[in-house]
Amino acid sequence: MSHSNTATLSNEIHGDNYLNHSKGLKSWLTTLDHKRIGLMYLATVLFFFLLGGIFALIMRLNLMSYGHPVVDANTYNKLMTFHGAIMVFLVIIPAIPGAIGNFVLPMMCGAKDVAFPRLNLASYYIYLFGALFATAALIGGGVDTGWTFYTPYSIRTSGPVILVLLGAFIAGFASILTGLNFIVTLHKLRAPGQSWSRLPLLCWALYATSIIQVLATPVLAITLVLLMMERVFKIGIFDPALGGDPILFQHFFWFYSHPAVYIMILPAMGVFSEIIPVFSRKPIFGYRAIALASFGIALVAFIVWGHHLFVSGQSELANFIFSLLTMFVAVPTGVKVFSWVGTMYKGSIRFNAPMLYAFGFIELFTIGGLTGVFLATLAIDVHMTDTYFVIAHFHYVMVGGSIMGLVGGMHYWFPKVTGRMYNETIAKWSFGFIIFGFNLTFFPQFIAGSQGMPRRYWSQLPEFDLWNRLSTVGSWFLAVGFVMVAYDMIRSARKGPIAGPNPWEALTLEWQTPSPPPHENFIETPVVTSWPYEYKPSRG
Amino acid sequence: MLNQIYTKGAGLPLQGSDVAVAWDGLYWFLFWLSVFFFVLVVGGMIYFAIVYRQREGKKAKYIVDNHLLEATWTVIPTVLLLVIFAWGWNVYKRMVQPPSDAMEVRVIGKQWLWNFQYEDGRLETNKLVVPIHKPVKLLMTSEDVLHSFFIPNFRVKSDVVPGMYTTVWFEAKVPGEHQVFCTEYCGTSHSGMLAKIEVLEPAQYELWKANKPYTLSGVRTISSDIFAARRAAGESTQLKSETIPLPEQGKKLVEAKGCTACHSADGSARIGPSYKGIFGHEAELANGEKVTVDENYISESIRKPQAKVVKGFNPVMPPYTKEMISETEMNAIIAYIKSLK
Ligand code: HEC
Ligand SMILES: [Cu+2]
Ligand SMILES: [Cu+2]
Repeated sequence: MSHSNTATLSNEIHGDNYLNHSKGLKSWLTTLDHKRIGLMYLATVLFFFLLGGIFALIMRLNLMSYGHPVVDANTYNKLMTFHGAIMVFLVIIPAIPGAIGNFVLPMMCGAKDVAFPRLNLASYYIYLFGALFATAALIGGGVDTGWTFYTPYSIRTSGPVILVLLGAFIAGFASILTGLNFIVTLHKLRAPGQSWSRLPLLCWALYATSIIQVLATPVLAITLVLLMMERVFKIGIFDPALGGDPILFQHFFWFYSHPAVYIMILPAMGVFSEIIPVFSRKPIFGYRAIALASFGIALVAFIVWGHHLFVSGQSELANFIFSLLTMFVAVPTGVKVFSWVGTMYKGSIRFNAPMLYAFGFIELFTIGGLTGVFLATLAIDVHMTDTYFVIAHFHYVMVGGSIMGLVGGMHYWFPKVTGRMYNETIAKWSFGFIIFGFNLTFFPQFIAGSQGMPRRYWSQLPEFDLWNRLSTVGSWFLAVGFVMVAYDMIRSARKGPIAGPNPWEALTLEWQTPSPPPHENFIETPVVTSWPYEYKPSRG
Repeated sequence: MLNQIYTKGAGLPLQGSDVAVAWDGLYWFLFWLSVFFFVLVVGGMIYFAIVYRQREGKKAKYIVDNHLLEATWTVIPTVLLLVIFAWGWNVYKRMVQPPSDAMEVRVIGKQWLWNFQYEDGRLETNKLVVPIHKPVKLLMTSEDVLHSFFIPNFRVKSDVVPGMYTTVWFEAKVPGEHQVFCTEYCGTSHSGMLAKIEVLEPAQYELWKANKPYTLSGVRTISSDIFAARRAAGESTQLKSETIPLPEQGKKLVEAKGCTACHSADGSARIGPSYKGIFGHEAELANGEKVTVDENYISESIRKPQAKVVKGFNPVMPPYTKEMISETEMNAIIAYIKSLK
């Protein structure tokens, strides 16, 4: 990388930066600056994270002990639906690409902006528009289909189901446009000297993610349209009473929603592929393997959707094939995990908050991944599917993976975004609360699930009380952890010490410019002369 | 007396069948393998974090990759995963292939209860009574939306789908009560859609069949108290204690519904083909395809006659909706056709 810049960069907050370049609310709402759009995404995503999180806390309270519900069954079913739909469609899918990707990806390439800045702004508003539909459904009485909208229940139940479907449908286009923008940006706008083999791994991960976004999301869109047509015009596609096939819906739905799992996790893997070498002061171990693994995962992602249908009535032959194929997801995933741990070997490891989140991520994601192998195994899945074992598994992957990536990334790039440093003490404590709370919330669910405790139950049997209690108490620790993160970030954005351009001594391009970056990202176009992980021992 | 031994501590549910024993073997293999990899990865991470923490005068080593190591951690997991897959498939086959002498019980799920229809015509709600050490095959369908039939003690589960028959089978080896859950979300009272299986010793089972009082001994289900409360509140589990065998019920139905105008039971073709000897055999369709006549085919032939038209006949059969023939009646008609060898 080019370091000629770094030396000349002052530690003062640069006079003209993207935050003060233009002023007023209107300058934000009409901005074409990828950095501002990233922050707008972040704010919206975090708002919905709060909402979905509150729903989860109420559900956990409801399940705390047998015979003491705090909401009635219908309310519970609506909370369950919105918790899932909000967290998947409005939080995790847009979180890292929309927020971190938008902010960081163009800078990592040394570009002034994404390839299509207007489209980028449009994508944010499309996302917001979709989110408004979902919110309208919430205000309009709620929906109790579950986030998976399984037919024929979703066709027959009352409530503004159409609004939620439209919300997910519209938000999908935002995802497609972001993906498209990233792909073109990566092809066309890389800095001079930045060959593909010098591309940071976050960019590689976002590239693989973008491909899934562009190819899989339309299938979801079509499925949701068909469902809406069936609800409104009674065309028989999925409801057997109308001559349709309910299992067909499950195929369509998971054809998108399985790859969507990788839209959620690949970017987080990218984030930690940046953080781990920086805080180990070592090159990433197995750069090529990690970059390739992202594409391996993206490819396999498209041919394993049937593992969600092992007990649906799908044929045994199909089960055989899908179980076998699913096993191969674990191989590239394992390669990545081993490579991250390998990166730490003989390093000089620093324990700043982003690195703590990397530790947490590896712990949680390893558990999530290993339990994924349980579920890929045909016989095991028959007993485990639709129990809390599955709930625990995907929370370990999605929260332990994606949300850890988001929060870890927020700490890592906080000095770049705000020009100031977060408070390391609060950050460490909040991490402690989050990792402890998370494990306390979700580990007991593995046990309850393996004992047969079904998911989506408003009331659980008394025999599971112990596990449910532990889980509910865990959710409070988790909540406290996130509140502490929020407090720290809001406070430090205004009061934190000045961070300087490159507090982590990182080599990727976004650190070779002032913090916060100027409106056009770089004072002069950077020229890349080496690999982004060239942590020579001389640099300590 | 029933003693409560659903699970011990954090372990798995009790092993109610041989399949459960096989399942547990695979589960514990995966469990210990996972513990090994967890310790390897997370233990390794913690070890490195401590040993290689930033220290005065100590520099990081410049290592980029190591092809041998990378090949190792690609190949070994691949081999292990293939072994796991094969083992999983093996146990799965045992879980889904009932022995041919299995006793059949028909299950109908509807919001929010389970009906069990026996070959002898008995109909029970939320309570399935079976003899011990005898394979039992459940032929299941739904009146409304998706449900799923799950028996943790037997480690088996299958979705229950409207317009289609799915199966679950088990051979109970522990007497007493076993819990059934609905595990596919089906609306408001999904979590109340519970049932229990009573596994009886042969002598007691005969008493039950003869509508005489019987004693249940062995394990207790986890929702026993809930069922007791429901009974105290006046819920009866028995809908029909009369015992007109299902095929006979079916015979009366096809007469009452006017099917006999077009179908015979003696092998002679009328407007439509005869029912005699079709079950289990292949039917040739007008489009040249061949299909095996089973529960799914017969039900489809009655609900959607035009979907698969038998060769040599005109597509004149009217469709029969659920309002005209309920799923319970459909089961009887199928049992009748099946009985015409
Ligand atoms: C108007 C005459 C008519 C009536 C009434 C009728 N069917 Fe049919 N059915 C047919 C014809 C014609 C076929 C063959 C063409 C086809 O497959 O649709 C047929 C086919 C069938 C088949 C498939 C047989 C095979 O060999 O594959 C079944 C089963 C069946 N009917 C059951 C019934 C039942 C049960 C009823 C009463 C509830 C009924 N049908 C009433 C005319 C009728
Ligand atoms: Cu999947
Ligand atoms: Cu249900």
